[in-house]
Amino acid sequence: MREREPEKRARGVLKALQQVAKETVLGIGGLREALFVPFLAILTALIISGLFIVISEPVVVSAYANFFQSPGYALSVTLTTLSSAYGALFRGSIGDPKEIYRALVTFSQVGDAAPLRYALYPISESLTTSVPYIFAGLAVALGFRCGLFNIGAEGQILIGGLASVWVGYNITGFPWFIHLPLALVVGALAGALWSAIAGYLKAKTGAHEVINTIMMNYLAFRLSDLLLTDPRLMGRPTGTPMTPQILPTAYLPRLLGSPLRFHAGFFMALGVAALVYWFLWKTTLGFEIRTVGANPDAARYAGMSVAKNFVLAMGLSGALAGLAGANEVLGVTHFVGGGFSPGYGFDSIALALLGKSHPLGVVLAALLFGTLRAGAAKMQILGIPIDIIQILQAMIIMFIAAPALVRLIYRLKVEREVTEVVFTRGWGG
Amino acid sequence: MSVAVHRISRAVFQRERAMGLLFALLGLAIIALFGPSAEPGQQATFVLNFGQAGKTTPIPDLVLPVRGTIYLLGLLALFLAGFQLVRAFKATSLILGGIILLSILAFLIWATRGKSFNLTAMLGHMLLRGAPIALGALSGIWCERSAVINIAIEGMMLSGAFTSVVVASITGNLYLGLLAAILTGGILAALLAVLAIRFKVDQIVAGVVINILAAGATSFLTARVLVENQALNASGTFRPIAIPLLSRIPVIGPVFFETNIIIYSMLFLVGVTHIILFYTRWGLRSRAVGEHPLAADTLGINVFRTRYINVIIGGMIAGLGGTYFTLGSAGRFDELMTAGKGFIGLAAMIFGKWTPFGGFASSLIFGFADSLQVKLGILGVNIPYTAEPLPSEILLMAPYLATMIVLAGVVGRAIPPAADGQPYEKQ
Amino acid sequence: MPPVLELRGITKAFPGVLANDHIDFTLEKGEIHALLGENGAGKTTLMNILYGLYTPDEGEILIRGKKVEIHSPGDAIAQGIGMVHQHFMLIPVFTVTENVMLGVESTNYRVFLNRRQAAERVSQISEQYGLRVDPEAYVQDLPVGVRQRVEIIKILYREADILVLDEPTAVLTPQEVKELFAVMRSLVDEGKSIIFITHKLKEVMEIADRITVLRDGRVVGTTKPQETSLSELASMMVGREVILTVDKKPPRLGEVVLEVKDLRVRDDRGDLAVKGVSFDVRAGEILGVAGVQGNGQTELVEALTGLRPVESGEVHILGGDTTHASPRQILEKGVAHVPEDRQGNGLVLSYPLLDNLVLNTYYLPPFADSIIIQERAIIAAAKERVERFDIRTPSIFVTTASLSGGNQQKTIVAREFSRPIRLLIAAQPTRGLDVGSIEYIHERLIEKRDEDTAILLVSPELDEILTLADRIAVMYEGEIVAILPAEEATREELGLLMAGAKRLPETLTTQPREKEAVTEG
Repeated sequence: MREREPEKRARGVLKALQQVAKETVLGIGGLREALFVPFLAILTALIISGLFIVISEPVVVSAYANFFQSPGYALSVTLTTLSSAYGALFRGSIGDPKEIYRALVTFSQVGDAAPLRYALYPISESLTTSVPYIFAGLAVALGFRCGLFNIGAEGQILIGGLASVWVGYNITGFPWFIHLPLALVVGALAGALWSAIAGYLKAKTGAHEVINTIMMNYLAFRLSDLLLTDPRLMGRPTGTPMTPQILPTAYLPRLLGSPLRFHAGFFMALGVAALVYWFLWKTTLGFEIRTVGANPDAARYAGMSVAKNFVLAMGLSGALAGLAGANEVLGVTHFVGGGFSPGYGFDSIALALLGKSHPLGVVLAALLFGTLRAGAAKMQILGIPIDIIQILQAMIIMFIAAPALVRLIYRLKVEREVTEVVFTRGWGG
Repeated sequence: MSVAVHRISRAVFQRERAMGLLFALLGLAIIALFGPSAEPGQQATFVLNFGQAGKTTPIPDLVLPVRGTIYLLGLLALFLAGFQLVRAFKATSLILGGIILLSILAFLIWATRGKSFNLTAMLGHMLLRGAPIALGALSGIWCERSAVINIAIEGMMLSGAFTSVVVASITGNLYLGLLAAILTGGILAALLAVLAIRFKVDQIVAGVVINILAAGATSFLTARVLVENQALNASGTFRPIAIPLLSRIPVIGPVFFETNIIIYSMLFLVGVTHIILFYTRWGLRSRAVGEHPLAADTLGINVFRTRYINVIIGGMIAGLGGTYFTLGSAGRFDELMTAGKGFIGLAAMIFGKWTPFGGFASSLIFGFADSLQVKLGILGVNIPYTAEPLPSEILLMAPYLATMIVLAGVVGRAIPPAADGQPYEKQ
Repeated sequence: MPPVLELRGITKAFPGVLANDHIDFTLEKGEIHALLGENGAGKTTLMNILYGLYTPDEGEILIRGKKVEIHSPGDAIAQGIGMVHQHFMLIPVFTVTENVMLGVESTNYRVFLNRRQAAERVSQISEQYGLRVDPEAYVQDLPVGVRQRVEIIKILYREADILVLDEPTAVLTPQEVKELFAVMRSLVDEGKSIIFITHKLKEVMEIADRITVLRDGRVVGTTKPQETSLSELASMMVGREVILTVDKKPPRLGEVVLEVKDLRVRDDRGDLAVKGVSFDVRAGEILGVAGVQGNGQTELVEALTGLRPVESGEVHILGGDTTHASPRQILEKGVAHVPEDRQGNGLVLSYPLLDNLVLNTYYLPPFADSIIIQERAIIAAAKERVERFDIRTPSIFVTTASLSGGNQQKTIVAREFSRPIRLLIAAQPTRGLDVGSIEYIHERLIEKRDEDTAILLVSPELDEILTLADRIAVMYEGEIVAILPAEEATREELGLLMAGAKRLPETLTTQPREKEAVTEG
């Protein structure tokens, strides 16, 4: 009997959620189909991640140990924990609205930009973090379009970053308009060559790219350890495992002035997203890549070279991931050290799926992920490890990949079966 | 497969000759790299005594003259290469395997020059290092024989490793830790099964979900809980158990019969899986479901049930594999400590053509690469002709490189279960 | 005595189609009851309902007068129903015994397989009914005819007494069909009852005791061979008069377009599938390749179109060596290919129709300007092709998956026939299509032939080959055992050739004789 009550309440909450979801999202009409499931997926993922936060909080755990003495206390502790965690997430990613307002007022009255910069810092961080996400997300999405599952973006980011940092500090005496593009191009090229290996192995031997790209991630990590620790290679003479600083001629300009790290790479990322869209849907090369992804046998029968497209798509995917690394080096860090990429490559898998492997979707998902990661950095101060992001992602991928699961949870009726892209073709290619 | 096979064979003849040339170069490299860089008259001592058998039934060490042996091995490689050049032999991978073996032997002898090296200990270490890979391969076999691709072995191992330590630390009982790991693997496998079978999620995507979830959740909980409560992260390890008599056989005894329960379970599971798969009703039905689910369905076999059960068993084996890292060696949990062994297990499964013994044998190869890297690190190897030590990072790359080479060499020739990776759609 | 099986008012709807519409059907003990209908008439759906693979929306099933519920194949087997499916339900990597015992295994201690015991029963059944087969052989090594015997043994092993044979003759040579009919007779004599599903009228007249005709998911009528005729059955089946022959002028032979010399090709398993084949095809003629499926035809076609590497030998198209050319190089020489598996290889089903209409010409002007796709040109061409080839579709932007089989095949034909072609390679171009679409495709093929295109037509359907081909090449186990002029070929002789029982001397087979070679102009 006891359990009935909470169950009923839970169903009530669910109903309310359903109602809210319907009224807010369904109202938009045409966008409904495209946004509804992702919205619910993110919502559910946040709830489940919240569960992790709550059960790992000692105060909450001890409160529940005395649940029957003071149930109200347990619930209130739960809510405080959650609200402070997600509150930190919000302040870390968007900022404090009141503070932003006050800073705006100060700026308009006194003309002092310093408080404004301080208030906008969270947003700037979110946008800055979304830059590598856009590139890496596009990388994975482009692979998906060719039926390839590139799990190696993380390693490709590292390789791209290493290549462009090398150009950044080693090549001197050029003006910025040569040095910066050169560093970007070399970063992209390095990523492309690195990942094209997996594409080549898939095309020539049928070895599955998932295993090979994962193995190449490990290779990239070890390679970077080797390069960074040895002063004769790329390490610093002091022995600290990091590369020298790049020259200012290779910097991607920061657009909002000093403490804000928002840089020109953001607009470059948007431009590249548009370019990827144009490439995939408006050129014959893109048509081939998509055809190979949709039905490799039909592509072969139509005279396309499946092998060539595997290598090309994998190479382009790596180039995009390499650009992610190059942008981080040239726009944010200005050197490569341990923990250079905190998992942008892995996160981008979830991101690409969330964005339905479409450049526009990827950009939107990347903005979301940039926001989440910037906010999660703030949550760390509360003792909530940043790994929460990974849990969140796993949930998002799961709900996006299994829309039926979301419908089941929220008791939605099937609107229309959307044909899902199938990537798995066994081990033989 | 189609793509690969069709493209290659046009230039087959030239390719086989080219491989011959490559082999010849490898043979020359063996001689040039390792021969003259060893002092004349230097010897390599290989100790064969280890463990109980080493004390009770000692046997003499194997002492080899370095230069002579290396020249001999190099010449053997050249002979194989010459054979390839003249005959354009079709089974290039076989010869490649032989030449790689010769190169490794030459390298090992060269690295041991003027020192002594315990070969039996290394073989034992090979089995130890191969164990999680073999368990990963077995897990893969259980799942894929009924046509569910399990790329989440890595995540299942990692989660198993985590829960085993926590449960063993809390209860003070290693066996309960073992049980917890098996259950964890089973639960994650059930999630994979539901996603793959019920919701027909792309199996690779579903696997990636579990891998990310496992990496995230274990790292999250480690950072938030274990770091502050170190008492929860100190399980201790299983002691080796020597089997009377058998453990006294020289070389084999210490390797196979003086080890811990995880390794024994692995060896046991290899045999049991083989028997179940090929000699029982359940195995026949599972393989039928993996090859042609519709045919199995028309004969009244429940495809979904068979898949659920096999995937969950596979997950439990992966969970058991996770305990190797904690209860089997470290005695504690560290973030991402499985370091790709689950994926290497999948490669071993493919290399072993989806058979338990094949998977086990391939795991030993990977275990060898892994233990070689560790032992050579201890020996302190120089880059030939210099006093420069070989960076440990290069040695650490060995298992991953080996995986890629093996996959490239074997896929396309090994035939997976026909329905592997395809969801079954009941009409 | 009640009938062994009675179906009452069976109804089953799929999205967009009413596959079965209140079907009544009875099967008496010891009879062979033919279920006749063209592709898509609902025969297989009905039988899948009987076998528990589909659940009916309405209707009931009575067995020996008792109402039963069949929810799964397991239920059907328990009721004594056995089915030989059109696509064999055999596991290639298992032995015959393993395939037969699967699901009802002989075991020791209920766990371990007892293969010997099962093999003995397989041998015993195979002797009793004259179904020769080696219990230890692996199914993947067996020819199609033997695989069918394994399927029948599988049913008898389960002691079924209601046997459903779904299009069992499609994969057999005429001689093998005779053998099968003999087996069916002996089964009926033992007291079993058989439902024989087919769309071949002659076979029905030969073997059936009663005939029920299905059309568009409905029963048109039930009759007996003695009380009906071929033409009556045909019009019942199709719903109108059927022109069973195609009007065809004698061929005007032109230059040699395709020349194949001593071609050897391996299959996916690495075995030789095409073993030294030589022939040529001239402009303006149709060379039909007859043969039971799986005798190397698929590999031959793939090798000619550059999709499969050639082991040895030569292929010349229009005088140029294309032995090792890529598929695209061959396409660009003016070779059109209508592939065997239209959904798997011919189309990208998830693409909109218009993309499939330019799937192999998207990179050529006017559809592309260097690498930039010219959407307007593609839309215009697609609209024109949909019109010209009578593709029934609501728009050119709908996914190709939503079209019917016939319209999908028309899409491929439209694509291939809209570019200048000199050689057409058509593999089973009418498989699984309804009569209307078959007639349409046949007319287009003849039309192309009369426009001086060389045509290589591969088909396991002897009727199709006899109707369309000018010369007939028969393939058996990877070899061409005979090439003969169509007017000299008889079904009997072709049947013997297809079964490998006979081969014609080399001299007769290579070239069309001079008197036939009416020169152009």
